[in-house]
Amino acid sequence: MFGRLTWAAIPFDQPVVMIASGTVGFVIFCVLALVTAKGWWPYLWREWITSVDHKRIGVMYIFLALLMLVRGFSDAMLMRSQLALAAGHAQGYLPPEHYDQIFSAHGTIMIFFVAMPFVVGLMNFVLPLQLGVRDVAFPVLNSVSFWLTAAGVLLVNASLVVGEFARAGWLAYPPLSEIAYSPGVGVDYYLWSLQISGLGTLLSGINLLTTILKLRAPGMGYRQMPIFCWTALASNLLIVASFPILTATFAMLLLDRYAGFHFFTNDLGGNPMMYINLIWSWGHPEVYILILPAFGVFSEVVATFSGKPLFGRRSMVMATMVICVLSFLVWLHHFFTMGAGADVNAFFGVMTMIIAVPTGVKIFNWLFTLYGGRIRFTVPIYWAVGFMVTFVIGGMTGVLMAIPPADFVLHNSLFLIAHFHNVAIGGVVFGVMAGISYWFPKAFGFTLNERLGKAVFWCWFFGFYLAFMPLYVLGLMGATRRMQHYSNMHWQPLMLVALAGAILILLGIALTGVQLAVSIRQRERNRDVTGDPWNGRTLEWSTPSPPPAWNFSLLPQVDRVDAFWAKKQQQGNAQDRNLKRTYEAIQVPRNNPTGFFLAFFAVLLGFSLIWRIWWGAGLGILGAIVICLMQAWRTDGEIEVPAEKVAAFERLHGLKEGAV
Amino acid sequence: MSAAEQALVSGDAVPLSLRGPAPRRVVAGYGFWLFLLSDIVIFAALFAAYAVLSGESAGGPTAADLFDKRHVLIETACLLSSSVTCGFGSLAVQSGDRSSTYFWMTITFILGVAFLSLEMSEFSHMLSIGAGPSRSAFLSAFFTLVGTHGLHVTIGLCWLIVMLLQVATLGFQPMVSRRFFCFGLFWHALDIVWIGVFTIVYLGAHQ
Repeated sequence: MFGRLTWAAIPFDQPVVMIASGTVGFVIFCVLALVTAKGWWPYLWREWITSVDHKRIGVMYIFLALLMLVRGFSDAMLMRSQLALAAGHAQGYLPPEHYDQIFSAHGTIMIFFVAMPFVVGLMNFVLPLQLGVRDVAFPVLNSVSFWLTAAGVLLVNASLVVGEFARAGWLAYPPLSEIAYSPGVGVDYYLWSLQISGLGTLLSGINLLTTILKLRAPGMGYRQMPIFCWTALASNLLIVASFPILTATFAMLLLDRYAGFHFFTNDLGGNPMMYINLIWSWGHPEVYILILPAFGVFSEVVATFSGKPLFGRRSMVMATMVICVLSFLVWLHHFFTMGAGADVNAFFGVMTMIIAVPTGVKIFNWLFTLYGGRIRFTVPIYWAVGFMVTFVIGGMTGVLMAIPPADFVLHNSLFLIAHFHNVAIGGVVFGVMAGISYWFPKAFGFTLNERLGKAVFWCWFFGFYLAFMPLYVLGLMGATRRMQHYSNMHWQPLMLVALAGAILILLGIALTGVQLAVSIRQRERNRDVTGDPWNGRTLEWSTPSPPPAWNFSLLPQVDRVDAFWAKKQQQGNAQDRNLKRTYEAIQVPRNNPTGFFLAFFAVLLGFSLIWRIWWGAGLGILGAIVICLMQAWRTDGEIEVPAEKVAAFERLHGLKEGAV
Repeated sequence: MSAAEQALVSGDAVPLSLRGPAPRRVVAGYGFWLFLLSDIVIFAALFAAYAVLSGESAGGPTAADLFDKRHVLIETACLLSSSVTCGFGSLAVQSGDRSSTYFWMTITFILGVAFLSLEMSEFSHMLSIGAGPSRSAFLSAFFTLVGTHGLHVTIGLCWLIVMLLQVATLGFQPMVSRRFFCFGLFWHALDIVWIGVFTIVYLGAHQ
């Protein structure tokens, strides 16, 4: 009846797991009880769960990412503390089979369920506002994408309590991930949760790409498009071109595991190295999917807080698009040790060094934007400057490892771990944190507490250096990744320093919570009544904070880069201040529960397939089809906001000066 | 007619990229094009896998032993001519002609079913002689590549039924016409993929 699912799937004998999942379960129960007691369900259902507003969906993505950051970071704390202890005769407190699950879960969660939702959430929130339009191209599809991501999150976390997670690393290399060597449900949890959330990401990529290419304010050609939109364009191009490879590769591994196929097996002609090639031809573009929007955030932040237009805008756009193309030509540097031969390795080594050039161009552009600017040292600029220092180090260690002979020494060592955390934390996380503090007032109508924001920055900044600089050294000393215990006592002091760094980052994450709570308490004091708290340059600052459901009561007219900034400069002699504005009725998409219900059936489908409950899988597919058909016959997708309501909103919240 | 469409008709000098948000018909078609491109990337990965594994028959039957070129030629004829009838059907949708929409789309459906049944008979023959997907890496890649195409055709046929029901119940609303347009794109894209399959898998087997 329930396939492989029995009571034995719940690890009652593992106290660490039971306490952790019990705590999580208790917290979830308390939250649900609170929501029920306060009667918030109708509000949540109406304003968030069924919302198809890109701003709400963006906020939900980032909320989800923050939650998963806590989950992924607790895995990191477990690993760092285990390694601080397990030297010489001491074995630490995590047995190898549990430790293997932890590092697999940490990587999977941090990339797919923290970094991706952070970046997709930022793009969702910002793009239509910067483009000067009312929503993304396909609002209902947008909600579906978000809820599919949430479905993946639910499945990955279910593995904590019911069954186990994969022990095959965050990319599940075969033949280890094949059914012969990983007969449990761990790899299935990994594969199905990523298939479901990957579909969500792909749909969101198509949606945002269509939005950028087909929906822009009148007059906004590609030469007038804000730089964040350019980086988002590159990122979404990469999503559309590379996520299908991931889907196809996982499908092949699933067929191997479920139906006895021989794509990547050791026997009957299977080729495990083909998996490594395929997965990295998704995986390398993936790192640029994450970092390019972060580059976009820094470009906006640096220009805004220097009070100058971005230096070398054309070269910035060129560099972005060059990276976009080159990112598909470097995948093999993830496995120089495969033995492809000197010629192949040399080609990919050279390509990898070349891709550092456009990145270097960007660094200089940011520096020259800062140079001579009247810099305001706000929280976002802290992150931006911290990023520039940190990312350059990470980039240089990357170029070092692009040399195949050096890579043969450093492959799979802690040096590599230090390198990619250097660029992932110093690049993506810093970028996202800058973006959150930059656009938070736009989303919620008040700014975040600056003092606490700076404290969060310093914790992450020093925490990062403390946690990962020792790993570079340890890597050079020969310490490998995915190691649960080591006998060389000389490594322990550096492992302890790394643990101290992790604790400092933990403090930073905790302070983010404090910052949110304090900022919400002080919201009246930090209210943004102008819609433009930072003296910004792009269109999102020309509309009230938070913007109405329709974003812009009148579609903005654009005639140059930084159109909003230019308008503000001309304000003195503007005669349109007293111009009578006439508003028209606006069509906005109606709330739609399709995404939520589809995600429900996707969870049912995924869970059933993981546990081989075939009737449940059939039910999941059937339910999803019914939901799609119901959506196909919906004809009331939009409601009209009458012109008087738009005018009333503008009288109440509209910009008092003729800024638009 | 929106301002952008008026500008398009009048041949206004404003470049397309500066004219503001595109009309919904364009946006829907464009988004679906992007989806098709991503779908073709899935096939690209499967083609790559087939190219790597096509020689790995592990002592079992090889491509040259298994494929019947004449059978595949009839299959191909069915699918390609279904694209022609689908084209006529799309013209009927554009002109809002209900009866000829039903006529051409029914023929498209029948040709699609004919293609699928020929494919099924090929698959079942292979399974019956012990040349199933778990026999060798070559056969795994073959069944996955060709089967994924077949799965797409199946989904396309289901979609076609839904679209005909939509025409019957909702008429030629803009929403229905947009979806029919996307269906047409999908159906033609399957042809393009099939030409790749025919060339690389079936003709490639007899070099």
